[in-house]
Amino acid sequence: MQQTNEWIFIGIFFAICWVFPAAPVIMAQLLQPKRPNKVKQETYECGIETIGPSWVQFKVQYYMYALVFLVFDIETVFLFPFAVAFNQVTLFAVFELVVFILLLGVALVYAWRKGALEWA
Amino acid sequence: MIDFLVSQGWSKDVATGVALLLGVIAVSSFGLVWVIFGIWLERKFAGRVQDRLGPNRTGPFGLFQTFADLGKLLTKEDITPEGADKFIFNFAPLLSVVAVILIWAVVPFSKEWIGADVNVGVLYFTAVGSLGTLSILLAGWGSNNKYALLGAFRVIAALISYEVPMILSILIPVILAGTMSMQGIVEAQHIWYVFIVPVTAVMFFTSSLAEIGRSPFDLIEAESEIVAGFNIEYSGMKFGMFFAAEFLHAFTISVLTAILFFGGWRGIGASVAGAGGDALGFVWLFIKSVGLYLLVMLIRNTVPRIRIDHMMSLNWKILVPLSLVNLIMVAILAKVFQPDYAGQFQIAANATGLGALLYQFFGVNIVAELPRAIALLIANLLLWVVVSAVLHRFAILDRRRVQDWVEPATVAGEHTASAPAPGR
Amino acid sequence: MPNVDVVQWIAFVVLSLLVLGGGLMVVADQNLFHGALWLLVCLFGVAGLFVMLSAPFLAAVQVLVYMGAIVILIIFAIMLTQKMMGQREALNDRWPVGLVMAAMAFLLTSFVLVLASNSPLLAGATGNVTGDTILKLGNSLVDTGQYALPFELASLLLTAAMIGAIVIAREEA
Repeated sequence: MQQTNEWIFIGIFFAICWVFPAAPVIMAQLLQPKRPNKVKQETYECGIETIGPSWVQFKVQYYMYALVFLVFDIETVFLFPFAVAFNQVTLFAVFELVVFILLLGVALVYAWRKGALEWA
Repeated sequence: MIDFLVSQGWSKDVATGVALLLGVIAVSSFGLVWVIFGIWLERKFAGRVQDRLGPNRTGPFGLFQTFADLGKLLTKEDITPEGADKFIFNFAPLLSVVAVILIWAVVPFSKEWIGADVNVGVLYFTAVGSLGTLSILLAGWGSNNKYALLGAFRVIAALISYEVPMILSILIPVILAGTMSMQGIVEAQHIWYVFIVPVTAVMFFTSSLAEIGRSPFDLIEAESEIVAGFNIEYSGMKFGMFFAAEFLHAFTISVLTAILFFGGWRGIGASVAGAGGDALGFVWLFIKSVGLYLLVMLIRNTVPRIRIDHMMSLNWKILVPLSLVNLIMVAILAKVFQPDYAGQFQIAANATGLGALLYQFFGVNIVAELPRAIALLIANLLLWVVVSAVLHRFAILDRRRVQDWVEPATVAGEHTASAPAPGR
Repeated sequence: MPNVDVVQWIAFVVLSLLVLGGGLMVVADQNLFHGALWLLVCLFGVAGLFVMLSAPFLAAVQVLVYMGAIVILIIFAIMLTQKMMGQREALNDRWPVGLVMAAMAFLLTSFVLVLASNSPLLAGATGNVTGDTILKLGNSLVDTGQYALPFELASLLLTAAMIGAIVIAREEA
């Protein structure tokens, strides 16, 4: 395994860093008064009683954004190894990159024209 | 450190383990100690901007204000609303802090001081940052509150959108440095990247501002529209954790901007080997980060909030296309003017007179990178001018449209052509 | 270094438990949203396993794309379909069939793997990777002799996927 110590460090870091947010929260649990009552526990919606379930249906727009984001996310994942190898590749390879990006530009333009990027 | 422990008769494995553990504690507690001081700084600064004094009663200059707040939060009852998804509700604030602290594991504080110099450092912090988005989702879901869920979904749609230009602009330093390691990127910045690719630096900074959810992109809170967004049901220390996470995140993006574009720990004397040079590097990084952080605070306290649809338009219709164009431009220019370090070293060795002086003064690396830097800087400035011109034009058109809409009587003969855009 | 081996072993066991437990809960939990969250646990374990296999790039991609994007997409999709929300009863009562099928697939795969462990087909697939793997990956992605065409096709595929998804989603709206 390459960079073993580095990753062990991150592993330990991940295990330990939960302490920092958890400690104050647990301390607060011990110190705070606990006097729950029915009104206090109610869901806060500006004083009006809640109607229906809170987990409501959402519109398709959110899904569209997530979708476009996913496509671009995957695209950049391809570009990162290329960027690392940038100093070794030829100019021709850079044009491959340009074609790659332009193809995605087409997708962006399509999404734009179809109104997938509108917050409506 | 490891060598020292081994020389004291420790076994190598144990020594490594202890050194790693101490490193973890040092790196992670630095961030948290800074939170305590930084919140005071933030409040003081906000006070000055708004022409008031800020905290000044608790201790000298109000320095103990944060401790007072901490005491209040510790003794305050936190309420779990009825019907909340208990585990998720309690887990979300922890995750939001952890997602930020984890970034610090790969921050190079100086030449030798770095938690873990992994070779995917840049991707690591982006990936960890996306965990923060999840914590907001969990908070919104767990609260069993319509406002919280609505706020959370809105925020997530915005956050994931702004991740696109952010990742695309991170690609540029990676291309220029040829590595994803954070330390490698700092080492490669013989000329600070902000002087080579200013447009990228601005885009990274802007999209990072959106990522931390601060004004002008503070839709994450938007108290006037969705009461308080995803953390409406949180109180006491759990709310405090969200607050601390946001604060620490704001400082973290300043540090990351300093590392990626402002040369990180580079500065006078920071490259000297040994603890002295390292300490100096740390000071340089700290100065740069605090400088950028002052900028973040200034923006927060002076710029009004953007509307959500404008925020999404800014991202998808300006920043994303711009970052794609920018990426193509930088890739081509950086390839054409690729620095030839070996060749320049040869020339430097044989140079005489004025040429030798030039190499002496700047250093060979900088001379080798000069053509690329100049070409990229000119291209960036051109891009900046073009983009500003286009934006200006659109702003004029948009303003006209709004005016038409508000006062239809005055437009009758004048701007009939500027009807709402067709074909949506 | 024996201690590193021990650390590796512990890490492997913990991560495998995360993957298996998470995967099991994805199908066992009857709240769809919780299922998506268990998927996160499972994917996180996979990312950890990638790190252990000296593929930190894939690990970062796993967290960035799968945990940061795909799970969010799934959750948005769940929120779109109101009828599925908060449903507590089992969605599918034919799980025994699925269990048998899964068990058979598992047995078959392990059988093939055990058989093939000595075959010449796997001879080139094992062994240590040396050098900077990300650099190699980047070079081979744009090398016309290697993966340049698949690289461009990937972009085309992404474009097609996005256009297709927009067409489908727009019809509904």
